[in-house]
Amino acid sequence: MSRETLIDLLYLVAATTFIVALKGLGSPKRARQGNLLAAVGMVIAIVATFFKQIDGHPLHHVGLIVLGMVIGLVVAVPAARLVQMTAMPQLVAIFNGVGGGAAALVSITEFSHIHASHPATYVTLEVLLGVLIGTVSFSGSAIAYAKLQELMTGRPVTYPGQQILNAIFGLGALGLIVAILVSGATSVLWVLLALSFVLGIAFVLPIGGADVPVLISLLNSFTGLAVAASGFTLGSNLLIVAGTLVGASGILLTRLMSKAMGRSLANVLFSAFGSATTSSSSASADQRPVRSGSPEDAGILMGFASRVAIIPGYGLAVAQAQHVLRELAEQLEAKGIEVFYAIHPVAGRMPGHMNVLLAEANVPYEQLLELDEANSELQTADVALVVGANDTVNPAASDDKSSPIYGMPIIHADLAENVIFLKRSMRPGFAGIENELLYNPKTTLVFGDAKDTLTKLVAAVKAN
Amino acid sequence: MGNVLLQYATVLMLSIFVGIEIIAKVPSILHTPLMSGSNAIHGVILVGSMLVLGSATTNLEEVLGFLAVILATLNVVGGFVVTDRMLEMFKAKPAKAAKKDEVAS
Repeated sequence: MSRETLIDLLYLVAATTFIVALKGLGSPKRARQGNLLAAVGMVIAIVATFFKQIDGHPLHHVGLIVLGMVIGLVVAVPAARLVQMTAMPQLVAIFNGVGGGAAALVSITEFSHIHASHPATYVTLEVLLGVLIGTVSFSGSAIAYAKLQELMTGRPVTYPGQQILNAIFGLGALGLIVAILVSGATSVLWVLLALSFVLGIAFVLPIGGADVPVLISLLNSFTGLAVAASGFTLGSNLLIVAGTLVGASGILLTRLMSKAMGRSLANVLFSAFGSATTSSSSASADQRPVRSGSPEDAGILMGFASRVAIIPGYGLAVAQAQHVLRELAEQLEAKGIEVFYAIHPVAGRMPGHMNVLLAEANVPYEQLLELDEANSELQTADVALVVGANDTVNPAASDDKSSPIYGMPIIHADLAENVIFLKRSMRPGFAGIENELLYNPKTTLVFGDAKDTLTKLVAAVKAN
Repeated sequence: MGNVLLQYATVLMLSIFVGIEIIAKVPSILHTPLMSGSNAIHGVILVGSMLVLGSATTNLEEVLGFLAVILATLNVVGGFVVTDRMLEMFKAKPAKAAKKDEVAS
């Protein structure tokens, strides 16, 4: 077997591990092995590449390649290991963005390498698509990161004529591609690069913080497609397979995610969701009466319950209060009170994010109930404790047709006998929508930092 | 349009269907790890980055290729490590999970 055949065979092995890995990632039991398997496949592919010959020569610049890898390794490992679990979505955005950037750079470099030899039109087209998609993914991910990290406002950024301007950017980029294909003018490539960069930013700006995870999934899919485009240019089946797998599964995953929020993908991308602060009643909101109580009141209320439902949201994670929450649940259980957690599919910042955060605090897996099950159990609960959640318990999603979140499935906290709502202030949640549940006569508001309040609650329940 | 292109197009089409098929039924709690895992897999662009840097002939190509290798390594390594960290949380409850399955069945 020749060396090239052996390398291609190893690439085939790598591509197979990616397929098996993606399949494994869809099942809770095999997910971790799946990820490790893909990592092994990746190492095989990388090692094999070192032995590859290009036009009869071994790889040049092996030292530079290794140096680049070392730099990447030194930066990536600590970042990935040390970042707080709550900041996970941002990190995924960053790693996705650099992948898109790498794909764009590969396409540009390849273009500069081959354009002297007058490549076929379709080769140029693949290069240009790689540049366009990779760059959009890069700059889009950067903005997504900034929104999640709160370096800029999480609210949708809108301005008059935005949609039209974005359409012009998009069509302009396609026009440039045609121009390059027809004229073969390479300098226009840099214009395309710049325009793609702007397009990525303009595309992401109007998307609200709560929708950014869906967007990251979409950009993830874009990067996959950019990688597949580079695969065509470089003539690599491995890149085509891996890139297309991610591209196709990413688009499906994006749709599943927007479905979990009860909205269409188009609605997520183009509706500047959450830019209006209102439901119809917000004008009078500040004056309406709410019932607030002390942590001690809430503790007594829970002490007399026989079933308590805990509805956690992202605010819980921000306050780093998962562990105290578990402690509270254990206190309640010690008193013979049954406790379960009602987990909304998009609680946290990404689907499944809350499960990860609670698992980190050693909350038993079987106490976590998914949406439908939670809603039917809530009818028999005495107390629903809402911690750091807001939009996912907002009744406007089922009652108020004018509300931007209308149609999103919610956890019906108001089904419980009593609602205890831990809240920092009366400020609306991430999506910027007023929450009617706060004014429900069943609801007792306990103001304060989630961790603080929970600690007091633990003490109150203990003393009770 | 040569046979090679047709062969690549075949691979592309098949991969699209495989990609859609394998994640059709994923529970929502695994959406985030799945996104992160597939994010690591497109880091395979590192192979492409190695090839362009390995065949670079001008300074511009060297600089661009070198940058591509760094970015792609970040993507691969970061992607896999983050995903593993997320999935670490799902382990260590095999007994309880099994019990739940029994109850369900």
